[in-house]
Amino acid sequence: MKIVCRCQDVTEEEVVAAIRQGATTIDEIKRLVRAGMGPCQGRTCRRLVSQIISRELKKPMAEIYPPTFRPPNRPVPFALVMAEYERQAAEDRKKAEKSARPDKAAKPAKEGKHP
Amino acid sequence: MKTRFDAIIIGGGILGVSTAYELAKAGLKDVCVIERHYLASGSTGRCGGGFRQQWSTEANTRLAMASVKRLEGIEEELGYQTEFFQGGYLILAHSDEDVEQFNKNVAMQQRLGLGVKTVTPDEAREIVPFLDQTKIKMATWCPTDGHISPFLLTQAYANAARRLGVEIHLWTTVTGLMKKSNTFFVMTDKGPYECQKLFNCAGSFARSIGEMLNVEIPVDPYRHEILVTEPVERLWNPMVISFGVGLYSRQEKNGGVVMGMGDPNEPVGTYVGSSMHFMYEMSRRFTTLFPKLSGLRIVRQWAGLYEMTADAQPILGPVDEVENFYQANGFSGHGLMLAPAVSQLLAELVTTGKTSMPIDDLHVRRFRGARTFHREKSVV
Repeated sequence: MKIVCRCQDVTEEEVVAAIRQGATTIDEIKRLVRAGMGPCQGRTCRRLVSQIISRELKKPMAEIYPPTFRPPNRPVPFALVMAEYERQAAEDRKKAEKSARPDKAAKPAKEGKHP
Repeated sequence: MKTRFDAIIIGGGILGVSTAYELAKAGLKDVCVIERHYLASGSTGRCGGGFRQQWSTEANTRLAMASVKRLEGIEEELGYQTEFFQGGYLILAHSDEDVEQFNKNVAMQQRLGLGVKTVTPDEAREIVPFLDQTKIKMATWCPTDGHISPFLLTQAYANAARRLGVEIHLWTTVTGLMKKSNTFFVMTDKGPYECQKLFNCAGSFARSIGEMLNVEIPVDPYRHEILVTEPVERLWNPMVISFGVGLYSRQEKNGGVVMGMGDPNEPVGTYVGSSMHFMYEMSRRFTTLFPKLSGLRIVRQWAGLYEMTADAQPILGPVDEVENFYQANGFSGHGLMLAPAVSQLLAELVTTGKTSMPIDDLHVRRFRGARTFHREKSVV
């Protein structure tokens, strides 16, 4: 038994079984057997899976359709997402206030100069 | 390659494959499913995976009850494991209006014979630990609702359909349609097909398929985003929904918590990218209801399309403009849970001309002219 996806404990046999059911892409195999759905998001298994597809379907590696990459890059806790978002929002507010200050704003046009 | 069929189904989502299976089971000889990408690559494979019977309209409740009854025996019938799990649905009421509406819903659902009841905030917390019960006034609880893996259910139907002789042509895009003396000509990027009966199960693209035959199918896609956390020990069994806070959440079989929400400001379109705003907003809403779970880590986010109709109910059955052109689309985010019943009804209609449950109210003609219709209120 060879483990292909360490995060989800997916074996080579399971991947081959998915291909026998008609899967031809990494994304289909991910949906059927969960290879690439774990915390590492397929960093380890995606090459192995494409090699297995290439071998089983006798297609060159260059013809194996790449999988979709989804955010976030690494697992992040809810609390961190909220803290970061609020920090950025506060920064944006500060910037907006700064640009709205009278000394930085454009000088008002002098009266009576309009044609 | 064979290109002449009795029936061609456009769309390889849950509705396409379940309809193909039911048609073949009802005795139709040559059935073919045409799918642009791979099975469940559209809305089906991006959905939350829940099935529920708690609806605000009688028609939807009846349909959902038939569907769940069918799902209970689906693994045995199709011979495939689907992660079918009746963990229940807990729907949270936050305001007095919610309470009033839910009491009405529950009375109607109980009249139809559904095992559903209202529970107090403390009882709700027993069903879903970690819930901040001070945020709710009441909840409704139906233990026979639950969730299922959308990919596996689609694959189960597809495998069973293939065993009955159905052909499934993947990576084939329909580019044009024509009808001449009772025969449909289906143009695709892989060549032309011919058939006698045509099914529009194209989900978010149902409108464009209709336009190819000059039939207006009033279905508009809206993006809905969703995320999943790292797998953790079992927290709770049911799907939790809140229309007030605007979220639904369930724990998958492997332990990851899936949650999603709709955004009322979302424009019509088929864009399915992810946004930072969603990640923040979802985190905020989830931790409002489950403050103790704020340390849970998000592993992945994605988006899918709700194919909405004006009344949030599906378009089902034939159309007046073109004979033998059947619709099963516009499920407004609830295709997976209704498909087992709907596909069966559609097959009955096509093969016998009658259905065991009335589906006339779901005919597309309700949107033609100035008829009024009842909007389904229980939509996240």
